[in-house]
Amino acid sequence: MVKFEDVWLRYRHPARQGDAEAEALRGISFEIPDGGFRWLTGPSGAGKTSLLKLIYLAEHPVRGRIEILGTEAAKISRRDAALLRRRIGVVYQDFRLLPQLSAYDNVALPMRLARRNETQVHADVTEILRWVGLEARLNARPDELSGGEQQRIAIARAVVARPKLLVADEPTGNLDDEQAFRLMHLITALNQLGTTVVVATHNIELVKRYPAPRIEIEHGRLTHAD
Amino acid sequence: MRTEPRRRADYLGLREALGDRLLPVLVAAMSFLAALAMAGALASATLAARWQQDATAQLTIQVPQPQAPSADGKTPRLAAVLAALQAMPEVASPQEMSPQSVSALISPWLGADPAALGLALPGVISARWTGATPPDALGPALAKLSPGTLVQTGALWAGRVAALTTSLQGCAAAVLIIVALVAAAVVAVATRSGLAQRRETVTLIYALGALDGDIAARFAARITLLTFAGAAAGAVLALPVLAWLAALAAPFAGPAQIADSYNLPPALLVALPGLPVVAAAIGWGTAQLTVRGWLRNLP
Repeated sequence: MVKFEDVWLRYRHPARQGDAEAEALRGISFEIPDGGFRWLTGPSGAGKTSLLKLIYLAEHPVRGRIEILGTEAAKISRRDAALLRRRIGVVYQDFRLLPQLSAYDNVALPMRLARRNETQVHADVTEILRWVGLEARLNARPDELSGGEQQRIAIARAVVARPKLLVADEPTGNLDDEQAFRLMHLITALNQLGTTVVVATHNIELVKRYPAPRIEIEHGRLTHAD
Repeated sequence: MRTEPRRRADYLGLREALGDRLLPVLVAAMSFLAALAMAGALASATLAARWQQDATAQLTIQVPQPQAPSADGKTPRLAAVLAALQAMPEVASPQEMSPQSVSALISPWLGADPAALGLALPGVISARWTGATPPDALGPALAKLSPGTLVQTGALWAGRVAALTTSLQGCAAAVLIIVALVAAAVVAVATRSGLAQRRETVTLIYALGALDGDIAARFAARITLLTFAGAAAGAVLALPVLAWLAALAAPFAGPAQIADSYNLPPALLVALPGLPVVAAAIGWGTAQLTVRGWLRNLP
């Protein structure tokens, strides 16, 4: 379960201290049950990425209560927070692939951090690379891949460790329609296997094609939640 | 297509971020200085021990009115004291100094012919004390045979040599502490530089669920390797310099050392291999603290 109760987020910005504009999120409350799927929509600058950062524990709220996968985020130790992060797959808007690693090693990263044995890593990574259609590019480094290929590697990395929660920030932004729908097919398949999914997007066509409950925010405030 | 599982990759890219040049060179310089400081401390301790032993063992016995009868009235005082010394097992090589030698000894103060001044010069006996305990009881024992007999040792000089040694060892310890602190500072700067270069990577790894200890361990492992290599190189480079210094110091250390003048003290040969280990430990600890402190700033 993902649960937000009156969550406020303010970025540290000394030059703008006291300015209401420094607040990225204001009084956000919603709940996503285990195995649920939510679209996160809203215009650019609405706070979608900030909200996702709170979900994947990359930021602390200044106020409010956040519960992720049954754990209250504010009350866990650094070690437990790291272990909780391993249960969350994240697709970043800018991919965040490590340039010095091959596609294979980028995808293998979450499994290696979780200390899975290399035989298991090999099996799962090659399978997921085949799934995203990049089994022939596993030795390529990110700068040798197109934007769409990099995005598919980022998605493969997010799902390879079979996370309980998948958070995706504009995951189809660099994909053509066919690839985007293929990716959504992958994400919905994961969701049907029990993974809770939150996908932030601008792509209204995609939302229409895959109808699901929506969380909509604007200027840091919740304007709609199913 | 790869068919075999791969070994773990250097996913933090530390081989590039923590390069294999500047840090090892700086640590090698620190190690070189530490080797010299250790050699100085050990050499001063060894030489001082030898000088102290020599000074403490040297005995000078003054017998006033040497030709007057001794307490038993049978022999002159000087002869009685000499015989008593010869009979003592802890006293080696007692020898009466000739009047000419005594005159020569005091001529800087009393001129070339002290006898012309009408002064009654004492008889003087030189000897070596081989006893395990200080010769405190020797003076009173001889004074019974010859009243007024004085026994002097080099205890005063031995004390001064001990003080000099202590101060030299203190200086060496201070140098070693400063070298260790500078080495730690160098490692901290290198680690922070590596963190700055790999900020994006480290924050991503952290976001993917790496423990603080995992990230710190990767940095520490790389730093440990570099500091060990640097310190080993510094210690090896110090060897010929130390051998040369040992040869220069050989005349102060006695005839046996002159024969083997390029031989380093065994204690130094044991301590030198320890330098890379200590440097690696400093590197490991400093890297761990630096990385963990840096990670504390992440949410």
